[in-house]
Amino acid sequence: MVGSSLPGPAPAPLFTWEKRLEPSRVMAVIVPVIAVILALGVGAIFLAATGFNPLKVYQSMLYGVIGSKYGLSETVVKAIPLMLAGLGVSVAFRMLLWNIGAEGQFYMGAFGASFVALTFPNLPAYIMLPAMFVAGIAMGGLWAVLPALPKARWGVNEVITTLMLNYVAILWVDYQVYGPWKDPKGFNFPLTAPFSKAAILPTIAGTRIHLGLIFALLAAIMLTIILWRTRWGYEIRVIGESPRAARYAGIKIERNIILVMLLSGALAGLAGMSEVAGITHRLQHGISPGYGYTAIIIAWLAKLHPATIILVSFLFSGLIVGGYSVQTSGVPAATVSMLQGAILFFVLGGEILTRYRLHFGRKEGK
Amino acid sequence: MENSVWIATLAAAITAGTPILYAALGEILAERAGVLNLGVEGMMLVGAVTGFMVAVRTGNPWLGFLVALLAAGLMAAIFAFLTITLRANQVVTGLALTMFGTGLSGFLGKPYVGIPLPLSFKPVAIPFLADIPLIGPVLFRHDPLVYLTYVLVPLLWYYFYRTRPGLNLRAVGENPAAADALGVNVFALRYIYVIIGGMLAGAGGAFLSLAYAPSWLENMTAGRGWIAVALVIFAVWDPVKALLGSYLFGGVDALTYTLQAATKIAVPSFFLKMLPYILTLVVLIIATRQTLVKHIGAPGALSIPYDREER
Repeated sequence: MVGSSLPGPAPAPLFTWEKRLEPSRVMAVIVPVIAVILALGVGAIFLAATGFNPLKVYQSMLYGVIGSKYGLSETVVKAIPLMLAGLGVSVAFRMLLWNIGAEGQFYMGAFGASFVALTFPNLPAYIMLPAMFVAGIAMGGLWAVLPALPKARWGVNEVITTLMLNYVAILWVDYQVYGPWKDPKGFNFPLTAPFSKAAILPTIAGTRIHLGLIFALLAAIMLTIILWRTRWGYEIRVIGESPRAARYAGIKIERNIILVMLLSGALAGLAGMSEVAGITHRLQHGISPGYGYTAIIIAWLAKLHPATIILVSFLFSGLIVGGYSVQTSGVPAATVSMLQGAILFFVLGGEILTRYRLHFGRKEGK
Repeated sequence: MENSVWIATLAAAITAGTPILYAALGEILAERAGVLNLGVEGMMLVGAVTGFMVAVRTGNPWLGFLVALLAAGLMAAIFAFLTITLRANQVVTGLALTMFGTGLSGFLGKPYVGIPLPLSFKPVAIPFLADIPLIGPVLFRHDPLVYLTYVLVPLLWYYFYRTRPGLNLRAVGENPAAADALGVNVFALRYIYVIIGGMLAGAGGAFLSLAYAPSWLENMTAGRGWIAVALVIFAVWDPVKALLGSYLFGGVDALTYTLQAATKIAVPSFFLKMLPYILTLVVLIIATRQTLVKHIGAPGALSIPYDREER
């Protein structure tokens, strides 16, 4: 296990990694915190280099989030789609199924729900909302099963197929809102006519926080139960730990690929449904500012753990809300996605510290 | 349709395929070394924006191109450090690279949206060759960055299959432990090829912003980086097949424009825009099935971090 026992001309290493027997719990908490701080540092460098005062920018971002009731409630509002999509992504990632398609599944969920709301505007709420709910998860699930089938059958790389379907889904929704579904009274904006009252999710009075929050919390509980209290969840976890062991144990991997993708896409689709029924009350162009991609970062940062995903979603929705609040002062909208990417970088880089212990110099002299 | 329309479409296919080709060649290098870098899209965007910024400021597109290579190479170096030294998950790190690159390019490029480029890469007809009927106008009336790929593709092919370092490269990707035992420095080679691969992705991005468009627009790569990743599988990690595949995609791109202009078919543009993505899906499925049938496939150690102590 020591570097010096290796054959070959290995020069004296500056440091060596020693594998930990158990992942470090301390590091598992410290690393993400430091990652966020370092990412803000990187962002500060770029902000300063382009003529902004980073401290002022961060300060007004923070104020935009916690400085008002509106900021706080918006942070909850924007956390809802992130939670649902993040939970969806996490369950697929848990069995090493790289579903990068949450964005497209979100759009298709929004499309499905909008289809119900626009086609049957006279349904009463107690039929309308469940029908939209079902249509949302069905379309999101379908959009994830499409790439799951070739994955299960031939092992077609799901990273690329799910990602390609994101572009297709966004263009599909664009076709609807620029074309057949465009609101004739919408001043030519790419959006549909508003939904009828029955198709709108109830909200907490005085805020835009809607029933989707309950969906997300229930989904987190449901996932926790599935993963740790059912045979299916056990199978998912075994496949994720070791596909080979799973195969020896007689677990049907192909079937699980399809079922897990269905669940994963359904959750992202539900996020899309909640967004149109809870926030926009119509389908429109650009309905997600990349929630599906942010969800990937959240899922990874939360170590794919449902309860942690709920918490981390608030952090990232705060980042989004804070980002909006400083756009008026000229800070580019892309600042937030740059920060998000940097956070993920640092988390990934720091993860080795949870799995390995770092030794400087050679160990033989000790 | 007239002959000239077809010639123009074929020539346009090559132009439209070139950014994908650059990126695919870069990804072939990285994957041949056993590293799956899904950050192509992000590296292309960083190449596109930095190249454009420098070209606008200096008025020199070549200088822009050079900076694009360096900037994208730097992005690839971050990826290499995370995945090779710190053994981070390659799939997620690649996604992080794309997200960071998308954000960074949008951030840096904001003041440059809508600004014209004082001097872009312009087509140069190659004497004599450009006058050959059919072939001349299709192949030899392009800008220098296209000609560069004409040289690069056979060069890479020769390097892979006919040289010692090329053999080492393939060994590192197929069986790093064996390569290591033979005295090949697996870590150093992986670093080098990932970084060169990133520079090529940056070249593809710079081609978009300095020759193809020529302008900067947020997210202007529009998934070409991902198409390139898919193309590598379709091309079974072979630079010559990557060239053919890239032109196929470029052809679809060009054809949609030609069809819209020439025949006035009332297909909504949204569906035409979906074509490259759907084509990628279909091609990927076919290519994957082929590799299953013929037992040819990805480099053996693709996406597995090399750990000397675990061999």
